[in-house]
Amino acid sequence: MLNRVLVKQSLAPQVKLLKVHAPAIAQKAKPGQFVIVIVDERGERVPLTLVDWNEENGDITLVFQEVGMSTRKLGSLDVGDEILHLLGPLGNPSDTNYHGTVAVICGGVGTAAAYPVAKALKAQGNKVISIMGARNKDLLILENEMKNVSDQLHVSTDDGSKGHKGFVSDVLEALITQGSKFNSVYAVGPPLMMKAVTEVTRPYGIETIVSLNPIMVDGMGMCGACRVGVGGQTRFACVDGPEFDAHQVDFNELISRLRMYQTEEKIANQFHECDDRLIASETKRKSAP
Amino acid sequence: MHKQQPEARRHNFNEVALGYTEEQAILEANRCVQCPQPKCVQGCPVEIEIPAFIKLLREKKFDEGIRKIKEKNSLPAICGRVCPQEDQCQKTCVVARIGEPVSIGRLERFLADWERENGFQVPAKASPTGKKIAVIGAGPAGLTAAADLVRLGHQVTIFEALHLPGGVLVYGIPEFRLPKSIVQAEAEYVKKLGVEIRPNCLVGRTYTIPELLKNDFDAVFIGTGAGLPQFMGVPGENLGGIYSANEFLIRVNLMKSYAFPEYDTPIRIGKHVAVIGGGNVAMDSARSALRLGAEEVCIVYRRSRDELPARAEEIANAEEEGIVCKFLAAPMRYIGDEKGWVKAMECICMELGQPDESGRRRPCPVKGSEFTMDVDTVIVAIGRTPNPIIQRTTEGLETTRWGTIVVKDETGGTSLEGVYAGGDIVTGEATVISAMGAGKKAARAIHEYLTKPTKGS
Repeated sequence: MLNRVLVKQSLAPQVKLLKVHAPAIAQKAKPGQFVIVIVDERGERVPLTLVDWNEENGDITLVFQEVGMSTRKLGSLDVGDEILHLLGPLGNPSDTNYHGTVAVICGGVGTAAAYPVAKALKAQGNKVISIMGARNKDLLILENEMKNVSDQLHVSTDDGSKGHKGFVSDVLEALITQGSKFNSVYAVGPPLMMKAVTEVTRPYGIETIVSLNPIMVDGMGMCGACRVGVGGQTRFACVDGPEFDAHQVDFNELISRLRMYQTEEKIANQFHECDDRLIASETKRKSAP
Repeated sequence: MHKQQPEARRHNFNEVALGYTEEQAILEANRCVQCPQPKCVQGCPVEIEIPAFIKLLREKKFDEGIRKIKEKNSLPAICGRVCPQEDQCQKTCVVARIGEPVSIGRLERFLADWERENGFQVPAKASPTGKKIAVIGAGPAGLTAAADLVRLGHQVTIFEALHLPGGVLVYGIPEFRLPKSIVQAEAEYVKKLGVEIRPNCLVGRTYTIPELLKNDFDAVFIGTGAGLPQFMGVPGENLGGIYSANEFLIRVNLMKSYAFPEYDTPIRIGKHVAVIGGGNVAMDSARSALRLGAEEVCIVYRRSRDELPARAEEIANAEEEGIVCKFLAAPMRYIGDEKGWVKAMECICMELGQPDESGRRRPCPVKGSEFTMDVDTVIVAIGRTPNPIIQRTTEGLETTRWGTIVVKDETGGTSLEGVYAGGDIVTGEATVISAMGAGKKAARAIHEYLTKPTKGS
């Protein structure tokens, strides 16, 4: 029953939540850490942030976006299925000590990664002001969860379908110019969003931590695929991070490295299209009365 | 020994060396003169009684021959393929005075392959000692230590961070030099001996060494290898298309990206590939790149041919397959295209100066000798250093400034009681067989530590 899927939820189009039985990981998990998932014999090693865990039951919660073949296969698992391999917890835990007032800023599926950090910061007595965003209201996830662990929750969508129309970085800037004081800012989400947040806080000299999501293979320091420029030095996100001082991060390099396999992703999707059709017709046949 | 022809093998990942037939093996075994005081045994880090197994082989007692080897070495099919015999047992073979030394490695391989095809025999174990040992890392050092300890009657669990056992044998050495089915078969043999292997456990994260010692393990052996890739730190090294040899080989070997898109892990190989470095890992990377469809693969090495650290056999294989070597050159910086992908590499020529601390002549840049190579893939194979996770999470474990673990002597005892270490984690990057030798010595020391009358009785 190790690695068995206990709960499966769809949070948004292409965004799924799985609760999985993994007692050794649940024992050790800390906010900010991640796991490596290999869904099946042919699967890629996919890093996923630990969203929640229960030491007593031995369960962990993962949230992911179905972007490539391996995450789509992960999304097709049902309750009772097993994930082939699960390794963790990996990476250094977040600093969730008392800072005072902390802004937790997240975008898209990054909200899942921000949630345990916000929760731990709140538990330490920080005033947590969360700003969450997505392209539109359908893509906002875990809004209630974030509300429960925040003193204030601001929502923004690119198209204005909910909350502020625009970006989370605009909301942060407005709060700062209106006189809000932050002792620390924590941001996790798409790299462009983290970059924008970093540029908002830079002139004010507010301590800003970002949790980076570069391409990884082993997740424990062996391959160097996740190398990022931080303060002019090359660091490995898996063993030196995943969190870094945002004002030192070379975001352009990060963004460019994230695009390395775009062509291969398309090739894989085309290659597996026929499989998908097969699966679809099979499911249809099974569910037919 | 038969090999796949270069023209054919440069397009596939099948094993290059095909091994001896029975006739060939016996013919070769007959060349051994059965020295009463054999020099070959002294050259073997795991102390195999070489003349004895060769004698059994030529008497066609293959089952007894392999058992003779396995008294000392639990991974013979691996060693028969990847050991640098020319620098070890075969180096001191007396037959070499009148010609070629006896091909001890190939004979070992023959017997190991014979046994795998005819079914493994599991040797008897000593009676249970009631002691439990945690071995960290299922690479050559860990598998050897575990096999020796379990045969001495201890209960042994290996904690492996990757999803498969084998360590560098599965993530590093390519299929065409060491088929992965052979590594899995030898790991299976270690399991049959009674060793429990727990994959997906990163000690330092999933469990720590202090926790293992507290939770009923009596001793720990650390065999975590040298898995952290080194980079040169030259400008542009983080451009797209520049891999560490580790990333490149992990994708290709462990994750089988040569079979992408059937397997999910992608690899992108360009037309013009440069491999930086001159060791076995550089040769493995270059030959893999060729098999993935590169038009041209060039090894760029800062010293000359005479100093190449790779095995002579592997250099010859690489050159037969059409790999070019550019000696006395090193990259200075990488130049990217508008998409952040590497398109060229600026190099500088070197000349050899006085010998350095390694005893090899030190390469010195030649002023004004810069030149540019067009490349779209670069594989950096300049060495690996120890992974820091265990050192960071084990209080009191003494390490060097290079991150290797300090041991008292060749028994592998560390600064912590009951904690032993061996292999690349102690020596820095070396060979499979030297790691196995260290695993063997540590197993002996752990056995002594656990069975000496003062301990635990």
